[in-house]
Amino acid sequence: MDMELITILRSVFTVLVFATFIGIWIWAWSGKRKRDFEDAANLPFADGDIAAQTNEKDMHHE
Amino acid sequence: MDTSTTYNYKVVRQFAIMTVVWGIVGMLVGVYIAAELVWPQLNMDIPWLTFSRLRPLHTNAVIFAFGGCALFATSYYVVQRTCQTRLMSDKLAAFTFWGWQLIIVLAAVTLPLGITTSKEYAELEWPIDILITIVWVVYAIVFFGTIMKRRTKHIYVANWFYGAFILTIALLHVVNSAEIPVSLTKSYSVYPGAIDAMVQWWYGHNAVGFFLTAGFLGMMYYFIPKQANRPVYSYRLSVVHFWALISVYMWAGPHHLHYTALPDWVQSVGMVFSLILLAPSWGGMINGIMTLSGAWHKLRDDPILKFLIVSVSFYGMSTFEGPMMSIKTVNSLSHYTDWTIGHVHSGALGWVAMVTIGAMYFLIPRMFGKEKMYSTPLVELHFWIATIGVVLYIASMWMAGVMQGLMWRAVNPDGTLTYSFVETVKAMHPFYFVRMLGGLAFLSGMLIMAYNVIKTVAGQRPVEGAIPQAA
Repeated sequence: MDMELITILRSVFTVLVFATFIGIWIWAWSGKRKRDFEDAANLPFADGDIAAQTNEKDMHHE
Repeated sequence: MDTSTTYNYKVVRQFAIMTVVWGIVGMLVGVYIAAELVWPQLNMDIPWLTFSRLRPLHTNAVIFAFGGCALFATSYYVVQRTCQTRLMSDKLAAFTFWGWQLIIVLAAVTLPLGITTSKEYAELEWPIDILITIVWVVYAIVFFGTIMKRRTKHIYVANWFYGAFILTIALLHVVNSAEIPVSLTKSYSVYPGAIDAMVQWWYGHNAVGFFLTAGFLGMMYYFIPKQANRPVYSYRLSVVHFWALISVYMWAGPHHLHYTALPDWVQSVGMVFSLILLAPSWGGMINGIMTLSGAWHKLRDDPILKFLIVSVSFYGMSTFEGPMMSIKTVNSLSHYTDWTIGHVHSGALGWVAMVTIGAMYFLIPRMFGKEKMYSTPLVELHFWIATIGVVLYIASMWMAGVMQGLMWRAVNPDGTLTYSFVETVKAMHPFYFVRMLGGLAFLSGMLIMAYNVIKTVAGQRPVEGAIPQAA
């Protein structure tokens, strides 16, 4: 393969990776994901562990 | 016993106990070789006790035995509890436990005998490499099989990190261990010269990035929220953290080969990606620490939380230091000096060991049906001894390393070297002594932990956790 093509492919790849990265940010911060992320973030507390039972009182308030 | 309603705690318990055992063994060897550097007579002219043979034993024991058992224990615990299902196979999980212990014993026998591939952190010879591959594939089957049969909708972020760690280590190990056996105990790498060096440090740096980072970040994302009793600060930040970290880490390896026969542009790529790595690393650190936002008071009287939060602080420190040291001009001073050793231990003791210890203090009582350890003041004592130990260790190595680097590069007006090599060795002596004291303090903390663990589990019957049933 000639060098010029390789250089173009490298540039295209860099742009694609960058776009993917921005895409992940947009996806992660989109309002639609908020509910799902909250559910996921609470998974460690969903299974009735000893500590979660005893310290329930100080959950969910700042 | 009905296994459909309980979690498999047995394998978690086994790996958790062995984490403490191998931690003590690995750190004891570390303190011994640190003492050998202060008092070289300690090798007693016995080949098996020389620094060159015990050093790989130390690194293998603390990384793969202590760290490895901790990763197995916590990943099996976290994946079951956040997927609300039992491990996919008890038999395969037991196989990974016994297989991993066998690998550790084989390492402990072969390394002092001088049987080694001489590749750093990949010293074990080819028959053991094959065994590692088999155990690791079974580990992947158990872990991902459990995720596949999960009863929850989402895959919790900790499992993403554990999953990335398992997949990447498989890839790294297989590629870097490609070797041609010439006898049962000797093999040669299939890669030539500079390519071999590049493959080795692609492996070496990603062993740091995925074994010692991604896996332990999985630990951070489960045990800090649990111990603080509040969900992670920002779940969406954790998603970006995950993808950014795993895509950037892969490219940073060449910074281990600055100013070598490696092509210049590859060195620059390694440096640039190491600098970029600061962003996801600190994103993760902030996410871990800020989980305590609004509940900082918990730090005051919870030594387990102290371990966890201080570990993440050390993670932030060493992931700032790392990118800085990867800058070529800084590296020309720091490379081959004890600064590197200090940097590694700020990550290994400060981050990896402390987050592990915190997780074990959470896990071990639960494995035996207790709410907490036998003695919380002893956990507090362990925390302070360990912290003092790490600080002594890294401060002495910073001073030793910078001094060493400056002495090596000092030249007289006529161009000759100002110091002979042995003069730099002599200048290191007091710092090596302080480093040994730091290591000794850290090891003492582990012995306190062992006592506390024995008192916690003595007379207790092992328990199996109940899986919450669908309402």
